[in-house]
Amino acid sequence: MKPFKSAIAVAVLSAIALTGCSSSESADTAGSAIECTPSSGPVTLSFTSWIPGIEDVVDVWNKANPEIQVKVQTGPNGNSGTYQNFFNQLKAGNAPDLGQVEYDALPNFRVQDGLTNIAACQDVADAESSFIPWAWNQVSFGEENAAYGIPQDTGPMALFYRSDLFKKNNIAVPTTWEEFEKAAVEVRKTGSYITNFSQNDVNQFAGLVWQTGDTWFKNDGDKWNVSLAGTGSTTVADYWQDLIDRDLVSSFPGWTSEWDNAYNTGKVWSWNSAVWGANSVASGAPDTAGKWSVAPMPQWEKGDNTSGNWGGSSTVVFKGSEHPYEAAKFALWLNTSSESLTMLNESANLYPATTAGLDLPSLKEGVEFYGDQKIYDVFAASANQVSSTFVWGPTMTQTYNSVSDGFKAAVTGKGTLVDSLKSAQEATIKELKTQSIPVAE
Amino acid sequence: MLPRMGAMLIMAVFAFYFLIPIWWLFVSATKSKGDLTSTNPLWFSEFNFFENVGNVLTYRDGVFLRWIGNSLAYAGGGALIATVLAGMCGYALAKYSFRGRELIFNVILGGVLVPATALALPLFLMFSQINATNTFWAVFLPSIVSPFGVYLTRIYAGSSVPDELMEAARLDGASEVRTFFSVSVKLMFPALVTVFLFQFVAIWNNFFLPLIMLRDEANFPVTLGLYTWNSQINQIPELRMYVLVGALLSIIPLIVAFLFLQRFWRSGLGAGSVK
Repeated sequence: MKPFKSAIAVAVLSAIALTGCSSSESADTAGSAIECTPSSGPVTLSFTSWIPGIEDVVDVWNKANPEIQVKVQTGPNGNSGTYQNFFNQLKAGNAPDLGQVEYDALPNFRVQDGLTNIAACQDVADAESSFIPWAWNQVSFGEENAAYGIPQDTGPMALFYRSDLFKKNNIAVPTTWEEFEKAAVEVRKTGSYITNFSQNDVNQFAGLVWQTGDTWFKNDGDKWNVSLAGTGSTTVADYWQDLIDRDLVSSFPGWTSEWDNAYNTGKVWSWNSAVWGANSVASGAPDTAGKWSVAPMPQWEKGDNTSGNWGGSSTVVFKGSEHPYEAAKFALWLNTSSESLTMLNESANLYPATTAGLDLPSLKEGVEFYGDQKIYDVFAASANQVSSTFVWGPTMTQTYNSVSDGFKAAVTGKGTLVDSLKSAQEATIKELKTQSIPVAE
Repeated sequence: MLPRMGAMLIMAVFAFYFLIPIWWLFVSATKSKGDLTSTNPLWFSEFNFFENVGNVLTYRDGVFLRWIGNSLAYAGGGALIATVLAGMCGYALAKYSFRGRELIFNVILGGVLVPATALALPLFLMFSQINATNTFWAVFLPSIVSPFGVYLTRIYAGSSVPDELMEAARLDGASEVRTFFSVSVKLMFPALVTVFLFQFVAIWNNFFLPLIMLRDEANFPVTLGLYTWNSQINQIPELRMYVLVGALLSIIPLIVAFLFLQRFWRSGLGAGSVK
């Protein structure tokens, strides 16, 4: 992970050079943490987040901390406009003190020098060990002495499946991808599909690649290495291409009425999704209450225990915040205190990124929709099996669009998934070059 | 007879095509959450409309009503001031000759061609300079200019306000301002109603400017509020129902504005056509 640091340093250095060295920190230690000293007197922090109900959580903090008041601002979710707003605000010099940023968008803010490294805050350094290692890796970029945010939530993946239908038709719940394919054939004979390959959820596909231990981005010293069509990706893509070609999986776009309907009527039997998907199934397929269960993700090798991740965010302190000490303090409380984590879990189904958070009382109960199964035990195990090596790139919006365009064509029979990954690879490299971000070839 | 039938048929097909989404929206808004995905999308099942409306209006301390109120303030107030400004400007350009008149008019006309979306980011940076982003004014002030309104009122004032009438008013001792407000405005009324209606709809539907300017939910217009909810459906699937019902409720003020104003509009279209 060392090489990554120098690449970032290059990017940051050039950013600093462009902005005329206005900051007081010395440029030769670019990327190093800011000083973390308390401000004198009462402080008001602005915090932008699109988590429904976050105001109530912040109220709890505000009541307990009259000296550090936090004001919540909101907007649509990051990719729907709030990230663009953050960039506009950074440009105009009026970014909020704190903001919510998903892991896949963090590198973009990092290379544009929009984040404050709060690793010098003693509380932050002390907190590192309480987070799930891969989640911490997302905010530290694997560097020593770095924290560009505090992990907020994660999306460990598992297999949601209709236990009643598998049982009734005498089909074993698959534990490997090979068994999954065999089961898919059996399920197809009943007229249904084992699962749906969603043409617009590139993130789900990324989660499946994540499970293989491969990554889409890397750094070979001081340059970005793009491997969208690497071994892990092509293995996963070929596997699903085969299922699509043989009509063993459906291909409804995610979160549409048809998609809900397919699950609600038993046309589709399972979904490899993240922990927050529990709520999507329950609300999209209300007629099937009590008939679902959760099992670990199928494995590529029998006996393996690896998992993928889909989603998750961090709370960052933006560049230009005058109160990094207080901001870091609040961000830590928000994402580590059991009071806050419980409220976030209840109001927005956030799944904690701390190891202690996985044992919250609310996550230890049976869930009625899933036949009273203690489904969060499965996700807690999954959270600990997510590989730490997956790295997101700095131009993910463009990358997602490219992959998604190709996937949409592939499910209708034009080209293949691997083709779309290859063209997305080229488009991503082109985009990086356009933005003067160094690329290895 | 046949061409008439054909025309009617085409009209009927188009009417059907345009009304189907509204019909779907209305039907969907009456359903329970479960029925929404499992029953025929174009026909009713269990009738839950009032319960749904109640849910939307009370969700998060009634923030939806606040958004509707904001939209009314942005669109109503903005359109009113825009109409007055555009009316005065168009009238002046039509009825007074002064140096640079055509230049001013052409510059304003050029403004019609610049999409509002393209101006949003520069406006954001300008408002940032004076620390006025995330305020009511950041959305309101840019809404009170209407280049198209100036264009329309100039044309209309030119043809509907006779110079003789202005002369007569002057002879009676009325000032230019008084002439405008008590004589000319009445003659220009149909054009002013049109400008008001256009501007009202444009502000009501404006989305990009509030998206860029506003951070505080309390200032959101209803378009941005619903969009925000819609972007959270993955996390809170219940919001899907709220977005549908909210969308239906949010078009009601537009329908009311059209029905109420169209009689002024219609009476104006024929005025002066027969001498």
